[in-house]
Amino acid sequence: MTAPLIEMDNVERVFGGGRTLFGRQLPAVHAVQQVSLGVRPGETLGVVGESGCGKSTLARMVAGLDRPTGGVIRFKGEDLAAAAKNDFNALARQIQYVFQDPVSSLNPRKTIRAILEAPLIHLLGLKRAARRERLAELMDAVNLRAEFLDRYPHEFSGGQAQRIGIARALAASPELIVLDEPVSALDVSVQAQVLNLLDDLKDRYGLTYVFISHDLSVVESVSDRVAVMYFGRIAEIGPAMEIFARPLHHYTSLLLDSAPVPGKAVAVPEGESGELPDPYNPPPGCAFAARCPAADDTCRKERPPIDVARGTRDHFAACFHPPQSAGRDGG
Amino acid sequence: MSAVTEPAAAPPKRADRPDSIRLLLNNKMAAGGFIILVLMVLVALIAPLLPLADPNATAPANRLLRPMSEGHLLGTDALGRDILSRIIWGLRVSLAVGISATLISAFFGSLIGLTAGYVGGRTDTIMMRGIDMVMAFPYILLALAIVAVLGPGLINALYAIAIVNIPFFARNIRGVTLGLSRREFVDSARMSGKSHTRILFTEILPNVMPVIVITMSTTVGWMILETAGLSFLGLGAQPPQADLGSMLGDGRRVLFNAPHVAIVPGIVIFLLVMSINLFGDGVRDVLDPRLKSGALTRPVARTAVERPPGEPMPAADDNAVLDVKGLKTEFHLGRTVHKAVGGVDLKLGQTECLGIVGESGSGKSVTAMSIMGLVPTPPGRITGGAIRLKGEDLLAASDARIRQLRGGAVSHVFQDPLATLHPLFTVGHQIMEAVRTHQPVGHAEARKKARDLLELVRIPNPEQRLDSYPHELSGGMRQRVSIAMALANDAELLIADEPTTALDVTVQAQILVLMNKLRHEKQASILFITHDFGVVSALCDRIAVMYAGRIVETGPTEQILADPAHPYTRKLIDCVPVLGEPERRLDAIQGLPPSVADLPSGCAFAPRCPRAQEPCLAGDVALEPIAEGRAARCLFPLAGERGNA
Repeated sequence: MTAPLIEMDNVERVFGGGRTLFGRQLPAVHAVQQVSLGVRPGETLGVVGESGCGKSTLARMVAGLDRPTGGVIRFKGEDLAAAAKNDFNALARQIQYVFQDPVSSLNPRKTIRAILEAPLIHLLGLKRAARRERLAELMDAVNLRAEFLDRYPHEFSGGQAQRIGIARALAASPELIVLDEPVSALDVSVQAQVLNLLDDLKDRYGLTYVFISHDLSVVESVSDRVAVMYFGRIAEIGPAMEIFARPLHHYTSLLLDSAPVPGKAVAVPEGESGELPDPYNPPPGCAFAARCPAADDTCRKERPPIDVARGTRDHFAACFHPPQSAGRDGG
Repeated sequence: MSAVTEPAAAPPKRADRPDSIRLLLNNKMAAGGFIILVLMVLVALIAPLLPLADPNATAPANRLLRPMSEGHLLGTDALGRDILSRIIWGLRVSLAVGISATLISAFFGSLIGLTAGYVGGRTDTIMMRGIDMVMAFPYILLALAIVAVLGPGLINALYAIAIVNIPFFARNIRGVTLGLSRREFVDSARMSGKSHTRILFTEILPNVMPVIVITMSTTVGWMILETAGLSFLGLGAQPPQADLGSMLGDGRRVLFNAPHVAIVPGIVIFLLVMSINLFGDGVRDVLDPRLKSGALTRPVARTAVERPPGEPMPAADDNAVLDVKGLKTEFHLGRTVHKAVGGVDLKLGQTECLGIVGESGSGKSVTAMSIMGLVPTPPGRITGGAIRLKGEDLLAASDARIRQLRGGAVSHVFQDPLATLHPLFTVGHQIMEAVRTHQPVGHAEARKKARDLLELVRIPNPEQRLDSYPHELSGGMRQRVSIAMALANDAELLIADEPTTALDVTVQAQILVLMNKLRHEKQASILFITHDFGVVSALCDRIAVMYAGRIVETGPTEQILADPAHPYTRKLIDCVPVLGEPERRLDAIQGLPPSVADLPSGCAFAPRCPRAQEPCLAGDVALEPIAEGRAARCLFPLAGERGNA
């Protein structure tokens, strides 16, 4: 097995905290806690979870846009946060980011040419002629016509704008691209175009993806491995096929049962409240215990370690009483 | 409303809206102000060329001449100087001082605001507390103090006024910058390798510029007044230099025997400042994005109905709760007409749930909003068809009747409960208001009803929850409250516009289960708008698929999902990844939907359709029945050919 491209070791990100001028402790929210995972070269790691589970914070840390307050993220064996501090641009040449909202990630007062040239100038230092060549190449890679270059972002539909966002990320020929909900703002027919494009680009340029999404079916269709996050922690991580077929965490099961599938009636437990625990006052045990059908006193008192439940190979879950599913049928 | 999507092939047209200058001149007050201002500036500019008397030449013999006297159109002042000449030269000085003071404070204020807003944290705190300290002094006292230190004189007065106004710019610009610097395009520029300074000046500044211009246009007038004020007190322009403020001050001494000496400069100051303010307000209205988006047009309470006279009324259907026939809704923007809804027929029976499925811009929301006249007019209007609620023609109903029906027999649940619930009232208060608007009940009884409603939508601890504010509830709980409000008056028809799109998937599942239970408990029909076939199959009995403002296929849910007849429906189902089928290659629909402002002749889907043939492009395709309860708008339907799903 090759060495991981990204390696996270007990990563933690706390917002707030600190003290006031008079020494009073300020409330703190643990957005990400004790996350340890690896991203191997050439794979797509899907990160799935509901709003507030910390998946976007995780994505920003991987791209160096945010720094962990605890633990360490290593990129090719080196501390990523330190690298981002020393030379952000050197890191940006290797790790890029595609944003959720395609329209708001493009400056409304810049032409597409100016937006796409920025990384070529500031990251690669290309000369004018080389830039022109690379721009044509990029537009071709994302199936947009070169005459779009002199237009402004508001003239594009969501799908086209997202392809420009992808072209911008590709410009510096990175090795890893963090995709933060790249299709959730798009219409379904356009979503498929973008997903197929991402798939083609990955093959063509040998990219590695970290794919963040709340949509299970999208994550399932793109990922090699999947990490399910709940309340800032990883609930379950493993190969995509296994997680979706034999979940080892009750939260994953609930997600799978809740996902609307054409031709299937939704069946969720009546008493399910869907409430997350208070982030300022997290429970001592498993964060999912209050919603979990299998929770007992142990779950409420002790926090399950990530590898307490094991499936085959590298499939782990933080659950004391993993569901005994005999396997699921597709759709 | 994203009804406009350009086709990929045609060059995207720029939005056909009146440009900024035309908008500005449409505003009569602003145009008037602009004309007066331009005239005054022109006169001030060409002052040296005009055949004017020397403004500082005294002639004691001609002192205090009345206006219209020989050689002195506006008379003379206490030293016999020509007032007309002094006014024009004084205008020059006042304008120069006002404008330069504005530029100086705009420059420094914006610099402070940009830096504080972008850097944030401690820098922001220190800079803004400094600005607060400047603001804590009464401005005129501060200006007086500055002039006292620097000594009287026009230039010093200019500095004083500029400094006094820096906080105004700094605070405005900081607020805007703060919002912009958290936007994704800033992170995107960062990932493109731009340094912070470069981001601040090449990414953020261009977006802040309109705000700076707006603030400047509203400040110039104020600055001119302040200069005049300082000059009036003798701290600005020094004799013999003419300036509107000092002329007013001179006139004060002879106010009773020669009032014109004070009145003339007073009128000029009034005209100047008034014209600048009118013009400035106009500029703000044009540039301010919030006002630009149509907030100034003030939509009326109900969509305008302009059915062509003489058009036969489509026949009514007796046993339907909702019966929509040939509904057409259009938006008139500039010269383009967007046919958002181009002839839609819907029928909804008792306790039935009909799902309208479509992509953004397909007209599904506009169809739903047209029913209760919620499409904003201008620019929207209903131009044809009939909408009947239990046989009653809603398009012909009086405004009072519509008001009675809204939230009564017909109620809405919208996508974002945080936007539809009022943040300053408790949810109990809001539900009680919904109850009491339609039912003659007292406070206590309304509260009891509200409590029952919360219980009905399965909110735990309803009694305590009544006193919660919307922000204290989670997204799913808020949507439950919206549903409770919609059910407050025994609605017969519930129009749910993407009610679960903003929710997490586990919460969405609960809301869907809840809605399905409630429609049987309360005997309500549901018109459910969504883009998601998975959501539809959880709840709806029948589906209508919309494309480019028209229904392309309709029929029972299971049949359409299993065996769609229209190629668009087939494609739409196939392009969504399905849980449990990760290996399937997604069958994307090439191209983009047509713009409803420029629909192709023939089938709107033909340009993207793999089965399109010659006749598809030729003429209008009708919605033809293809089986019991099913219809498709297609010449070559897929009936019977099962796909890979």
